[in-house]
Amino acid sequence: MTAASATPVRRRPLRDRLPIVHQLRQSMGLQRGMLVAGLVMVAVFILCSIVAPLIAPYGFAQRKDESGSFGTQQPPSPEHLFGTTVGGYDVFSRVIWGTQTAILVIVIAVVLSIFIGVALGLFSGYFGGWLDRVLVVVCDAIYAFPSLLLAIVLSIVISQGQSNLWGGVLAAAGSITVVFIPQYFRVIRAETVRIKAEAFVESAKVLGASNSRIVFKHVFRNATRTLPLIITLNSSEAILTLAALGFLGFGIEPTAAAEWGYDLFKAQSDVTSGIWWTAFFPGAAIVFTVLGITLVGESLNDLADPRLRGRRRVAQASGEVAATSVVPGGTLTAGPGGLAGLEDGQSFDEHGIEVRR
Amino acid sequence: MSTVVDIRNLGVSFATDAGAVKAVDDVSLSVARGEVLAIVGESGSGKTVTAKTILGLLPETATTSGAVVLSNREGTRETDIINLSTHQLREVRGTDVAMVFQEPSTALNPVYTVGWQIMEGIRAHGDVSKKEARAKAIDILRRVGIPDPEERVDHYPHQFSGGQKQRVVIAMALVLDPGLIVADEPTTALDVTVQAEILDLLRKCRDEFGTAIVLITHNMGVVADLADRVAVMYEGNVVEQADVETLFSAPQADYTKALLAAVPYVGHGAASAVERVAARAAGWAELTPVVEARGLEISYPGRFGRPGFRAVDGVDFVIRPGEVLGLVGESGSGKTTIGRAIAGLTKVTGGSLQVLGAEMNGIRERNFRPLRSRLGFVFQDPASSFNPLLTIAECVAEPLIIHGRAKDANAARARVNELLEAVQLPRAYGDRYPHELSGGQRQRASLARALALEPELLIADEPTSALDVSVQARVLELFAELQREFGFASLFISHDLAVVDLLADRIGVLYRGSLVEEGTGAEVLGAPKHPYTQRLLASLPVPDPVAQAERRAELRRIREAG
Repeated sequence: MTAASATPVRRRPLRDRLPIVHQLRQSMGLQRGMLVAGLVMVAVFILCSIVAPLIAPYGFAQRKDESGSFGTQQPPSPEHLFGTTVGGYDVFSRVIWGTQTAILVIVIAVVLSIFIGVALGLFSGYFGGWLDRVLVVVCDAIYAFPSLLLAIVLSIVISQGQSNLWGGVLAAAGSITVVFIPQYFRVIRAETVRIKAEAFVESAKVLGASNSRIVFKHVFRNATRTLPLIITLNSSEAILTLAALGFLGFGIEPTAAAEWGYDLFKAQSDVTSGIWWTAFFPGAAIVFTVLGITLVGESLNDLADPRLRGRRRVAQASGEVAATSVVPGGTLTAGPGGLAGLEDGQSFDEHGIEVRR
Repeated sequence: MSTVVDIRNLGVSFATDAGAVKAVDDVSLSVARGEVLAIVGESGSGKTVTAKTILGLLPETATTSGAVVLSNREGTRETDIINLSTHQLREVRGTDVAMVFQEPSTALNPVYTVGWQIMEGIRAHGDVSKKEARAKAIDILRRVGIPDPEERVDHYPHQFSGGQKQRVVIAMALVLDPGLIVADEPTTALDVTVQAEILDLLRKCRDEFGTAIVLITHNMGVVADLADRVAVMYEGNVVEQADVETLFSAPQADYTKALLAAVPYVGHGAASAVERVAARAAGWAELTPVVEARGLEISYPGRFGRPGFRAVDGVDFVIRPGEVLGLVGESGSGKTTIGRAIAGLTKVTGGSLQVLGAEMNGIRERNFRPLRSRLGFVFQDPASSFNPLLTIAECVAEPLIIHGRAKDANAARARVNELLEAVQLPRAYGDRYPHELSGGQRQRASLARALALEPELLIADEPTSALDVSVQARVLELFAELQREFGFASLFISHDLAVVDLLADRIGVLYRGSLVEEGTGAEVLGAPKHPYTQRLLASLPVPDPVAQAERRAELRRIREAG
């Protein structure tokens, strides 16, 4: 407690500051299993999209090669690992190429919605007033719309129902954007309202800081720690919406891009005639990707919350006694969340990463 | 068998992200029947964890060793709490041992009547009819001093005042007549005048119900008032155990001595105040005041056309350059509102408030902003007054950057280092993040930030109430030193008379939005005129059991007279 006991400044090692990596080190048991499984699945998904031109034996719109036409509804064989579709496309190639379309939709949807949602949330939460009330009502109203209906309307508006790559992608991403903006808006607004009442914001006010300085320097960075979590959860929803659009026939033409939902749509009649491969592989790809992203999101969620985070049990009466008077916030109020004094709100940095003391 | 609970070699460790943390290390204690054992210590000393172990209330992340042997009231059954199953624990809780929590407003469920909540405890232990349970609940409410218990039993928690809620919580603990009550900081959340009443009630529990009490507190005054025996805890160990007279008159352990020395006493500040007055230049009284309030009124708007709440009602005071005005009052007295109004955080709704020459009634933020460089503010809670993402140096540099004295945090670093040294923090702490500092260190950094522009006026809103006594003593010392050095005028807001007495030149006592008494420390605390000040002063427990017994008698006399 004495002022003289200055210890040299130590930054946390890089591995503790990186998102994901830090959580991975922090996790244990089942939570670690979930996180690792999710990360592996997401990594496979991303890798596939990057190296698609290398691993896909054929193009997504290719129906014949030097040896002639592929033939339709061929069962899996050495030439066509997952068989061919009713349209004569190679299923394996289309599944691989489909990852590119999926990633495109995720990126566009998240980028479009995050900027608008965060900006509106910050503004609305910090200044309040009538604009805040109007925005909240509008966002609540958007929740009432089924996102799929919006997506269909948008796809008609954007591409008049004709589905090329960008038309389909923008329709899916656009509809998701409209639905996601309220989510980002609400989360950021709630955080902003909470942070606005914190003493450090008032302290900045007393010092005479301008509103823009307070919002950007003090509120914004503290309000964004839940974003990585919403991004992962929204990404999986984006894929599902794209697939649903494709399944309903509002998707992307097979000549424009590979899209799993469209392939499922075309495979509907195959299933009854015992041709399983045309529906199974695109469907499995959707499940695999969504499951991977959801697993990552859910485990990040659990790990960010000290109450849900698993820990190894400690040996009886082990550990060092913490020096008295260094625990902020008073006595050790050990509730179901463990030592609240040791793990209060200040132990998280801007990425929702737990900061080691 | 005369002991109610016998703790033998208790050790408790918690699993945290930073590895195992040991909260309690080899503690042995015992409590005799009808005895009040106070466990005192500062934050993190393990006193609460020790007490929670008695009820088996530790979270899953905890591992315990040793034994906690609890016997029932009749002394016919002994159980080791540590080895009990959840089901067995449930049987013991309430009947053999009960708990009184710190915050009465959160210990009661707001959607049930208090009667229902008391009856729930009765019916959980034994087959009691609803009617009998209700009769029992009414009876226990009467015994803890709730007026009209027949009617009040059907009231909801929000219909009770804070002190009454704590009485209800105590009634819930007493209703099954346990041999032992664990009271975790039972009066910390309450005002001093209410605290005195609750302490009386706890004393009654011991004398009339014959209940033993484990009292956990950091307040040495409360210990002196209520305890029979005291255990002092430090870093997970019991450093000293003695009966209350011995502990206060002849403390053995160094830590106990330091702890007792750090407790502020009312009446110790008079000498320094006289000194400061003597050092003032002639003509000081005629200087333009830094703050001048005339008939100051502040009300908060009501909802849906209902009348607003008037927090401050016709208050007059002045703060002259270099003078420290202490503002004392209980919660809801409007003291914080006045401080916030001076800093422009709350709107003045009536009267006049001159701050640094500007009229605050109806001022626009744009016009007040330039004046802000002449004003500093220290907040109550050191945990939230710093942006957790900026280093201490960046936080302290904020005022310098905002008012154009420095381009960025790096350019301000030299000045920041000076400031950190002025508040006795090593320069290297500037590179740390707020959570890496203790509460006292953060509060010192907060002082450094407030003083960065060398303001003429510093508003300190309960700057030490979240700190431990030993840390508080250091921060107060530092405050006095800085005040001498920088010569700023200050409004020092606190609920603790002793703290205000140490620092203030003049003291104002607020009661329900009005300033009921104002004068020098010697006047207000030495010879209080207003009955409220008298009651406030008599309610404040002093850390000396003999003197406290006399004060208790005095308080009873005042209460009966008033």
